[in-house]
Amino acid sequence: MNVGFLYSQIRADEKLLLTELRSRGHDILKIDVRKHQFSIQGPPSEFKDLDIVIDRCIAQSQSKFASLFFASYGIPVINDPMVVERCSDKVKTSLLLANAGIPTPETTIAFSPESALETIETMGYPCVIKPIVGSWGRLMAKIDTRAAAEAIIEHKATLGHYEHKIFYIQKFINKPNRDIRVVAVDGNAIAAMTRTSTHWLTNAAKGATVDAYDIPKEVASLVQKASEVVGGGLLGVDLMELDDGGFTVHEINPGTEFKALNECANVDVPSHIINWIESVANKKGETR
Amino acid sequence: MTSTTCVECGSELTISDDVESGEILDCDTCGTELEVIGVDPVELSKAPELEEDWGE
Repeated sequence: MNVGFLYSQIRADEKLLLTELRSRGHDILKIDVRKHQFSIQGPPSEFKDLDIVIDRCIAQSQSKFASLFFASYGIPVINDPMVVERCSDKVKTSLLLANAGIPTPETTIAFSPESALETIETMGYPCVIKPIVGSWGRLMAKIDTRAAAEAIIEHKATLGHYEHKIFYIQKFINKPNRDIRVVAVDGNAIAAMTRTSTHWLTNAAKGATVDAYDIPKEVASLVQKASEVVGGGLLGVDLMELDDGGFTVHEINPGTEFKALNECANVDVPSHIINWIESVANKKGETR
Repeated sequence: MTSTTCVECGSELTISDDVESGEILDCDTCGTELEVIGVDPVELSKAPELEEDWGE
């Protein structure tokens, strides 16, 4: 297949995908999103023979808009812009999960500092405040006291751009020092890992240690359902374990990394991803 | 393997032959993140700084 590889940085994850694509003899057009322009009049000639585009932009804003253009050009893109839109915005993700009856942490949004404080006081301490767009554990705060709530709300209202004035407040989940990341394609889990840390933030980017995780049926089912509500695709679904033995889905990542998962799980993750991308390209080719 | 120098501290860097444009490398001496902006010959620049919407 002719693959467009959209990127802004070639991280280890991108390198793994490129290596796998090349080993299978696919033709690759590397598209540096920083160097191309995307016209509403139509695609540049170099895009016209592409069978599929794999979007690996490191910035969610780049993915959000570039994927729209590829879709409008009639070129299948992984992930679909609707999926990127739904997963990049925590408000949209939370609403979709809740409305589908998928367990997700109790979440309330407020649009003023006063309303945010009232929300926090009602929800109780500790709670968590998150930016509606963000990743790698950045700009997240665990709020243990009213004094901390007042300070964090003031900082967000004063220092951030307008999106920081949308206060996304979530009940703190007392997880067992770890969370679970499942990488899935159209809801089918490829592999999973736990991310363990004594810090409440258990992102690998924040130094959490990773271990392979055998996916129980309940988690597989939640991943399937969560993927379905956002539109499927290549996703990193994050879950936490609850005191009652159940699970809650707290995030869905449309630009999932998988280098750490590939190293700790006994699964060739890039191979599975490319298998799936090939099947998507073949199906789309039949209908184009 | 190919030799080049860090654009920040000037230290020698040894880079794999399969390095490609857009790849991010770390200078072992000064820790600067570097981006490969050319491969024949290898050309490096300081990698862009982390932005608020970067991630997964």
